[in-house]
This record gives sequence, C-alpha cells and structure tokens, in this order.
Amino acid sequence: MKRAVVLNVNGESYDLDIEPNRLLLQALREDVGLTGTKEGCSIGVCGACSVIVDGRLVSSCLTLAVACQGKEITTIEGLASDGRLHPLQQAFIEYGGFQCGICTPGQIMAAKALLNENPQPSEEQVKEWMSGNLCRCTGYYKILESVMAVVNNKVGTVQPVRRDERSAKIESLKVYKSS
Amino acid sequence: MQPFEYRTPKNLKEVQQELKQFGADAKLVAGGTALIIMMKQRLVRPTCLISLSSVRGLAGIAEKNGALRIGGSTTHREVETSSLVRRRLPLLAETYRHVATIRVRNMATVGGGLAHADPNQDPPPTLIALGASVKASSAGGSRMIPVEEFFTDYYETVLKPDEVITEVSVPRLPPNSAGAFLKFLPRTADDYATVSAAAVVTLDRSKKIFSDVRIALGSVGTTPIRAREAEAVLRGQPVKAEALRAAAEKAKQAVDPISDFRGSAAYKREMAGVFVRRALEKALEGFKRVKSAPSRQSKRRGRR
Repeated sequence: MKRAVVLNVNGESYDLDIEPNRLLLQALREDVGLTGTKEGCSIGVCGACSVIVDGRLVSSCLTLAVACQGKEITTIEGLASDGRLHPLQQAFIEYGGFQCGICTPGQIMAAKALLNENPQPSEEQVKEWMSGNLCRCTGYYKILESVMAVVNNKVGTVQPVRRDERSAKIESLKVYKSS
Repeated sequence: MQPFEYRTPKNLKEVQQELKQFGADAKLVAGGTALIIMMKQRLVRPTCLISLSSVRGLAGIAEKNGALRIGGSTTHREVETSSLVRRRLPLLAETYRHVATIRVRNMATVGGGLAHADPNQDPPPTLIALGASVKASSAGGSRMIPVEEFFTDYYETVLKPDEVITEVSVPRLPPNSAGAFLKFLPRTADDYATVSAAAVVTLDRSKKIFSDVRIALGSVGTTPIRAREAEAVLRGQPVKAEALRAAAEKAKQAVDPISDFRGSAAYKREMAGVFVRRALEKALEGFKRVKSAPSRQSKRRGRR
C-alpha cells in the first residue's frame, strides 16, 4: 500500500506517494529525478550510492525511502552552489580523483561527511573513513590526493596542462617504449 | 523486494500490538543493513516491517550501578564515538569501530546486530568476554540473557518471536583488568573477520598471576564461542609466555570453523590459536600502558 512521504532533498521538499519497498536510491533517482547518486553493488558494500541523511553518511541502496520521512537528505547535486562547484568537486577534477565517474558521487559524499565531522583529517583518517568506497579504476591515491587538497586548501592552484606540454610529456614517455 | 506493510510504532506496547497482528510474517527492523539485504536476496520475505526507529527510549547510552546500559536502537557509530564508552570501556568502543564501514556503523544498531546473529560479527566476542547481557522485552515482561547464551546457530538466537532487544548491559571491569579485541582481516578493511578473538584479563594484586580470564572468538563456528578450556589453563597461573601458548592450543581445540573464501577450516583453526595468544598479549600490554602513560590507550587508532 502506497504511503505519502515527504523527502527534503538538498533543501527542497518533495511530496512522494510510494510503496514501502521503495529504496531511497530509487526514490532519489526515479521519483525525485536526481540521478547523480549511483547504484553499484546494491548490498551496501561499494559506496556508490552514498548520501548524507540527517548529517550521517548512509547507503541509499539499504535505506527505505519511507524511513526518511521528514529527514534532511544531501546528494551530490546539493554540493555546488551559485554555479560554482564545491571545493571537493573541484579538487576531484584538478587532482584526478574523478576518473570513470561511477564511484565519484559516492566518494565525494563520503569525503563531505568526513569533512563535516572533522575538517582537518590526517591522510590515515581519510583512508580509514573512505575504505568503504570502492573505485574499480583503483585510483585510490588520486582520490586521497583530491580530499587532502581540500584539507590543505590547495584547490584551484593546479593549472590545466597545456596542449604542447602534454605532447612533450607523451613524447618523453616514448623513450620507455623504444628501450 | 516483494511488497510489504510498513509500521512505525511509537512505543513498545504498540510494537507488541503490531507483532500480535502480523505474527510470524512480520520482521522488526532497526538500521536495516542486514535485513534489507536478506530481503533483496529473498532469503526472508516478511509481509510487514515494524520499524523500531520511532520507538521512544530505545536509543542512548547511560551508566547505571557501574554497568553501561546501551539501548537496543543505539547505532554502532554511537557506541564507537561515545565519550562515556571510551572512558569506561575503550575496548567496547574499539570493537564497534572495527565493524564494516562508516555507512554501516551509522545505520546498524546494537540490538539489530545481535538479533541478526551472524557468527562472523565483531561485537559478540567482546561482549561475551566482557560478560554482557541482552535485555529482551515482551508483553509478558523482560528478561536478561547473557550474550554468551544468546546465540544458538547461524542467524538463530534464543529470542522468542514477540521479544524485542531493548538494551545491552555491560558490567564494569573488575580492578586490575584489561582487555583486547583482534580481528584478522587478510582481505579488505571492511570485511568480516577470518577469525576474531577477544580477551579480558584480570590479574592479582601483584600483577603476576592471572586471577581471571575470559576469552571469546568469532568466525570459528555456527555461533561466537567462549573458550572456557583456554581460560581454565590460565586461571591461577603466573603471567608467562608458555601459559599463553598453552591457552592458544586449547582455543584451537575449542573452535569448529568452516572452509570458505576467507580461509580453509585448518587455517582458521591455526589462526584462532594465534589470535587468542595475541589478544592475551595485547590485553597484558594494557597493564603496562596504564602504569606508564594513561592517555595512550585512547590514541591507538590502528584499524587492524
């Protein structure tokens, strides 16, 4: 039997009429229309579906939407403001934490939840906190660098690599190929 | 997941009414981290979920008559970060910190975890070693069940269908006591243990003789177990390396692990001995730490 549920997502209120077996992940993606939150493993292991509910990082694939009645939900779409990316989003671009992209929203939400709780974590603390967010590109060092860039206030300092510099870099790599 | 009714009772009396109405087709749900997965996999198919999230008075941690009283709906994360728990029983906070990932710890509850009764969980060995009890309430009243006697088989407990875990009570450590929990994680940081061991050691006033020892293990059988023979080897004996090795041998005989992707039965049996010995050693280190630098213990943050 359907139930009326109010979800507060990224500061907006959504009136939904949903079955109790609807997961928060499905409600966000299909009912609210915010597809930034991704579905990975579906059993709470990979972290791709991470969102923040009432200040706490949770797996939206294991959370019933009806259980979020009246709660404040933050998804990846809620981070940028006034057309400007959140420092974490900017850092993931600048420092290569953003790779194939499927795990990125979850990674950034996990990092956001950590920085909310502890704005100055050590590398070890970041690693431990983020150990539940899997990256199949296995770019964990880039992700760690991206988070630490925010912690150390180094976002916006990386200049995009210029085309000629990039060509020179590729040329330099050919040395290894030929020998 | 198949469709189900969803109920949000506000107190235990209403929980009982819902349980009575839906009978065995209903399941209580708290954090849902275990139950929702089992429902997705169609291992359980309840027609009604009775949420404990809105039930008043089920969450929170308090100290009463020296014992820590942890409400059934308290999350793992709350136990891990509670200043009261960290002060009174750092071992308990440390054990809950080992569970899965931050997301699971934010959702999963103390009572829900115990009711789930997976023998690979982290908290039960520590709770058994600490002599903790579960308070189960039904319409007929409530009873205290030692965690040691709580589990009966894979995913099976002594709880009756109409009983709700309202509290976990952990007694204060006796004087001259220290404990340790070790989780063997050869695969990933968020995995279940290949084996886990908890030890609580009480020494006599000279700090040279074991006056009491409690040892419990996880991931070594159909339920978490207490290794009483291993304890008996140590009680009354001087604190010496040979004694720890003898206890480890007894622990190996007490376990009955299965072979799976976390290791063969033979390997887990061997590791059970190793980790009991190391847990005892780590517990004994606690005495040195308390003597030299009391603040050190809370600063140790190694995950494994």
